[in-house]
Amino acid sequence: MATRLLQIRRTPLWAVLAGAALAALVLGTLAAVTFRAGGLTGLRETDLAAIRFTLWQAAASALISCALAIPVARALHRRRFAGRGLLISLLGAPFILPVIVAVFGLIAVFGRRGLVNAALAPFGIDPISIYGAQGVIIAHVFFNLPLATRMILHGWKAIPAERFRLAATLGFGPAEVTRHLERPMLRSVLPGAFLAIFLVCLTSFAVALTLGGGPRATTVELAIYQAFRFDFDMGRAASLALVQVAISVVALLIAARATLPSSFGAGHDRRATPIRQLSGGADRVAFDTLAILLAAVFLLLPIGAVFARGLPALAELPAMIWPATLTSLVIALASTFVTLAIALPLALVATRRRWAEIAAMLPMTASSLVMGTGAFLIARPFVNPTDLALPMVLLTNAALSVPFATRILMPEIRTLQADYDRLAASLGLHGFARLRLLTIPRLARPLGFSAGLAAAFSMGDLGVITLFSDGQTRTLPLALFQLMGSYRMDQAAGAASLLLILTFALFWALDRAGHYADPR
Amino acid sequence: MKTHLMLAGALSLIATMAAAEDKPVLTVYAPDYFTSEWGPGPAIEKGFEATCDCDLKFVAGDVLPRILLEGDKTSADIAIGLNTDVTAKARATGLFAPHNEDTSDLTMPVKWDDPIFLPFDWSELAFVYDKTKLKNPPASFQDLLDAPDDAYKIVIEDPRSSVAGLSLLLWVKDIYGDKAEEAWTKIAPKVLTVTPGWSEAYGMFTDGEADMVLSYVTSPAYHIMAEEDDSKVAAIFPEGHYFTPELVAQLKTSKHPELAQKFLDYVLSPDFQGMIATANWSFPAKLPHDQLPEVFRNLPMPDKTLYLGEAEAEKLRGPALEEWQRAFSK
Repeated sequence: MATRLLQIRRTPLWAVLAGAALAALVLGTLAAVTFRAGGLTGLRETDLAAIRFTLWQAAASALISCALAIPVARALHRRRFAGRGLLISLLGAPFILPVIVAVFGLIAVFGRRGLVNAALAPFGIDPISIYGAQGVIIAHVFFNLPLATRMILHGWKAIPAERFRLAATLGFGPAEVTRHLERPMLRSVLPGAFLAIFLVCLTSFAVALTLGGGPRATTVELAIYQAFRFDFDMGRAASLALVQVAISVVALLIAARATLPSSFGAGHDRRATPIRQLSGGADRVAFDTLAILLAAVFLLLPIGAVFARGLPALAELPAMIWPATLTSLVIALASTFVTLAIALPLALVATRRRWAEIAAMLPMTASSLVMGTGAFLIARPFVNPTDLALPMVLLTNAALSVPFATRILMPEIRTLQADYDRLAASLGLHGFARLRLLTIPRLARPLGFSAGLAAAFSMGDLGVITLFSDGQTRTLPLALFQLMGSYRMDQAAGAASLLLILTFALFWALDRAGHYADPR
Repeated sequence: MKTHLMLAGALSLIATMAAAEDKPVLTVYAPDYFTSEWGPGPAIEKGFEATCDCDLKFVAGDVLPRILLEGDKTSADIAIGLNTDVTAKARATGLFAPHNEDTSDLTMPVKWDDPIFLPFDWSELAFVYDKTKLKNPPASFQDLLDAPDDAYKIVIEDPRSSVAGLSLLLWVKDIYGDKAEEAWTKIAPKVLTVTPGWSEAYGMFTDGEADMVLSYVTSPAYHIMAEEDDSKVAAIFPEGHYFTPELVAQLKTSKHPELAQKFLDYVLSPDFQGMIATANWSFPAKLPHDQLPEVFRNLPMPDKTLYLGEAEAEKLRGPALEEWQRAFSK
């Protein structure tokens, strides 16, 4: 109890500042737009339809992604094979793809002229269509299955190897393992994974529109865009943005209630090699192999299609691509640093303070259009907003990655605190020393993964650059879009491949760095 | 990293200040595509700066929304690349000044007498297809409506996020009037999907996913001139095609009104007009037909041009959007 009280008083200032900065960025900009509009405007019936569609497609996408991720993550945890590490990294690729690139990859596989329909045709099977609600969900699963798989795989890894040995010694069968080890772990990891994916899909715009097949697939984010662009009704845009924040906060609270803390206790950091007795069995080997194969084909084929189209054009890329690439790389690295500087202190506090968790999740609820416009309005009286183009891109990219980084860090921080708080307290280890000797080394893996995600996110984001750009300052995604807008579809495909390679290289390097830094 | 960025910011600030000491800066707000190296922006900047002893600075982005946000404190002297879908809203702000140009001899199929918004180029909407792949293209708009649902799949742009998509609403409304919703009900099954903007739609067409795409009569010119590919053609309909000009206007609040006026003069000059065709893949607003590149002179063109005008378009777009949404929900 005494240590509890001590912690309440010692909420680090850095975390409070980080939380305040995020709140200002999300809620402050929303307030600025509302203020400029002269108040909120009522919603229309079509807006309500958009809210309904948004909610159910996000819930369905999150549910399916999580359900499919469980067997894939379990298979990856139980099996050892050559190239396993590379495959795990590669499977993460869709999540970090720029939306439009991913959509074109999916169309190449599932579209009318895609591989799947070409394969089905000889058997006289009717072509499948990727356009409509099912297309939106396929695309969202494509994007988010990797995230869910990684989060659940982290959960499996967090179960100490001793527990599995004990289970084997006690002669547990699969059912007992599931009941005593796997289910409690899933109860602690799944709500967070579901929530993260639900929130990603909530603010979806280009996916829902391009693959939705028409106005039935209108999301709240599109309704916000319409209010801005079509009706110039900022009041309605602000109302819709507020609805989006409200939905997210409710989802956050529900997920928090559904989460059980895992309580396996500390192990001895032995490498968790799968135990034949628990994971053997021909039927289980076959099932795991199938799960890994299917996931690999589903996730990697569209990416291969993007490469097949873009690689030949790599040599013909125009010169302006290179400065744009450099800008994107610099922003990505800087934004990664900012992400971690915000996410780590918040995540350390968030396991005990609900406000910190909510603050960390806030950027996910934000409409980037409202955020950019609000920032524009706030900055405008003081500076020329175009001078802020790159810092704004950097800041929003960083903010958008904070929720993921926090989500990834929190389960491990919870375990860390449960396992080492008393030891650290008895040794008088706190402050910077604790951070350096205990926290950072033990969090190296999730930190590396978070950094990789943040960098990749930033590379692929088109976002606010379009609101602030002066036309000369470009990022790689903006250059890609300008190529498409000038009929240069082949060069755009080349630029997409370049973006894909660099994004993945950044992700992979940072993720690996985390693994190497881990003392275990 | 942070210091590098700050350093870069400081350097660019010094550079701007140095330029400002020498010459007046004319700030032109333009759409994104305009300022890329394949857009007309760089050539315009070079051409105008050669005559004005000034510094022309493009600011790219969503032109009108940004000016609306900034109100009378906007730093824009000129707004270029506006479309008729937003001029009513733009005019109502009272932020724009007359262009003072003679528009009686423009080379456009539509007579133009707007005192504020000056067209610098134009095209007409059209469905573009690949003639080597699509053997039975629609011969008329009615033909498109009446074709079997599986005859072809079209990609269109969403009218809520794209100018082309909005113009299509007006095109259908102009031809079918009260029967527009019925027309949309017949078109809907042939629509493969609706994209946020032109780029996504055109990309799906060139990738072969869609048989036809909503674009412009001038789109094939790009493929012929830049790619030596004459397979992409625009379906020409006897009902007429919808006219889409791009406009430029000067701001009342401009600190360099004379320079702004000089820019508008430049817009209608042979120098500016001569680069439009191949930089923006559209027809210049004031250039005799025989001075166009050969490919443009030979483009198949509709006999009839449809255009609703700003007031009518503003009145119709709300109801037309509702009809469109209803037709796609059936």
